[in-house]
Formats: sequence, C-alpha cells, structure tokens
Amino acid sequence: MTNEKPVINFTPKILALICTYCTYTAADMAGSARMQYPATVRIVKYLCTGRIDIIHILKAFEAGADAVMVSGCEAGSCHFLEGNLRARERVEYAKQLLEEIGLGGRLEMFEVAASDAPKWVAAVKEMTQRVEALGPSPLRRGKHLHPEVLEQLENMVQP
Amino acid sequence: MIIAERKPFAEIKAMVAPYKKILIVGCGTCVAVCLAGGEKEVGLLASQLKLALGLEDKRLEIGEITVERQCDMEFLRPLCDFTADYEAIVSMACGAGVQFLKQLCSLQPIFPGVNTTFIGVNNEAGYYTERCRACHNCYLGITGGICPVTMCPKGLLNGPCGGTLNGHCEVDPAKECAWSQIYHRLELEGRLDNMKEILPLHPHDRCTTPGTVIHPAYKRRYGINE
Repeated sequence: MTNEKPVINFTPKILALICTYCTYTAADMAGSARMQYPATVRIVKYLCTGRIDIIHILKAFEAGADAVMVSGCEAGSCHFLEGNLRARERVEYAKQLLEEIGLGGRLEMFEVAASDAPKWVAAVKEMTQRVEALGPSPLRRGKHLHPEVLEQLENMVQP
Repeated sequence: MIIAERKPFAEIKAMVAPYKKILIVGCGTCVAVCLAGGEKEVGLLASQLKLALGLEDKRLEIGEITVERQCDMEFLRPLCDFTADYEAIVSMACGAGVQFLKQLCSLQPIFPGVNTTFIGVNNEAGYYTERCRACHNCYLGITGGICPVTMCPKGLLNGPCGGTLNGHCEVDPAKECAWSQIYHRLELEGRLDNMKEILPLHPHDRCTTPGTVIHPAYKRRYGINE
C-alpha cells in the first residue's frame, strides 16, 4: 500500500504530536520569525511527549492522517526528566505496529529544542517530502480527516 | 503473575478473517501488567485490525471490553449477555481466562490474542523473567529463596551438577547456575548445612494435569471426604 504513486495536487495531512516545552515553543518561534514551511501539519500540544500513547498515534491514522510526527525535547532536557525517552520507546513500538499492518514509514520522532525553530522547519519539510513520496494514506483516499475519530482523539488527549 | 506475549498480528488477523463482528475481551490483571492483554492493548489491537482491514477495503465491527479477571466467575458472568451479539471472540487473557470465558459464556468461536508464557516477575517496565513453574511442592525454604525447579536450566532438585562453570550453566552459558546461586545465598545466611540435605523425589504424581485444589474449608461443600 505504501508504494502507491503520489496523487497530483495532493496536500499531505500530517498530525504533529508535540511537547509544549520545546517543539511547540520552537514552532511558535518559527511563526514569529516568519519562517516558511509547508502548511501540512496540524499540531496537537501535549504537556510532555511522555503523555503520548500509542493509541493516539493509531487513532490519528484511523482518522485518515497521512503521517504522524512526534516531536519532543532533546535527550536529557525533558522538563519531566524522561518523558521524551519514554515517548521514543513508544514510538518505536508504534512503528512496529504500523509496519505489521502495512503503514510503515509514516511515523517519525524528532527532537527539537525550544530555541531551534529552523530544526522544526526542517523536520516538517522532511516529513512532508516523505509523505509526498509515499502518497496519501490509503485509508483517507483524498477525503478529509474523519471528524468522529478526531473528536475521540481530542477527548483522549484532554487531561 | 502470569506473563504473556501478544500473538503476532498476522496470526490474529487470519483467525478473525471469516467474521464481520468480533468482540475483543481484555483482562485487567496479569496480562495488563505485562502489557499484553489489558484495556490499552485491546484498544491497540482493535485499532490495528480496523486499519489493516481498512487498507483492504474490508469492514469489521469490533467491540472492546475489559474485565477485571477472566479467570474469575464473578467478573465473567456479567459479560455473558454482552458476548451474544458477536460472531467471534478474541480473548486477550492467559490460557486459563480464554478457556473459562468460552466455558461460561461463549457459544461462538473464541480465539486467543496472546501466548501465555510463564509465571514470573516484573523486573522493570517491559522486562519479565520466570520464577515459578507451579510444581505443586515448594522448596524455597530450603534453597535460600531460589527455586531449583525453575531457575536451574536442568531443573535439578539436588545440585550443583558437574556442569556448573564459574556460576553459569553448561546447557546455556548465558544462563546462571541456580545451584551456585543457592550455595552463595545459603552461605550468606549461615545455612550452608542445607546443601547437605538430599531433597526427596519430586511428587510428579501430583503434577498430572489438569490440577485441582479445594480449600480445606470448602471440602464439605464439594463433597470431598476428609
């Protein structure tokens, strides 16, 4: 499924699950500095990437996301000490689960420090290029994200 | 607790392939702690199945429910009304739970979602090791709290044998020699005399499966003569 040819005029929809202390600040800074990057990401802000559960990632794909990127603090600089390390373990496992069902390559974890807006821009560009090469999620088939599943995801994320 | 591992996804997918509406039943005790079959894992499996079948343009209706313990009648009974609506059931409990669920409330086919592995301990998150083989006769009081039946790769009741080498076992050098550990533990406790004790033959006659235990207080209820 992942080797489908890219569709013309296809705009990837990437869900970014990111940490408020680092990547969100970097994304904010990228906006303030008017840095240009593809409008392909929808951001879900977490208090820490350690809060991200694998089911959040799978639900995002159920909702039709073309890809999911998780971005947290650099190793050793988590506000909650080791949330980002736990997130990395979960993302690795989530990758295996996605590989098993034929959605491999559509999930990636990044580390972006609060001051590193250019790195966030590069990460979004990289992920966008990757999805453009893979084509749209075979589950979405050009449709919008499924509102019902998106709502489920929002409810899960809310504390 | 009982340790289990989730079955490979392809195996589960093949098992449920003929059905249109299935129920995944999790178990909130042992298999939840070892991250194989609790509420979270039920959600993950359901989501994986939906995604995988969505990719093939197939539709599968999936119900999800998790009970406290599938090995307990008290928790399974209320589930029975619920299971009737489904064509097949995937139980994420250990082998005991799967069988009990089938026996009590499932007329439709039931499939295990996990491979039950052993009775073990939770060393750290995601890291489990075996400690007990449920052998019907516990020797831990004599052996310094280290089980020769389980921890000795040969399961020797009297050891160490000639195959111990620098605290490791000839069967698999990666495995530690339980009897070497028992010796050092007893030495620390000042109970080395225990090493001289010859343990009698293990009561294998009691190990015939399936085992039954009736608590002494309930013997009259179940018609067992003293």
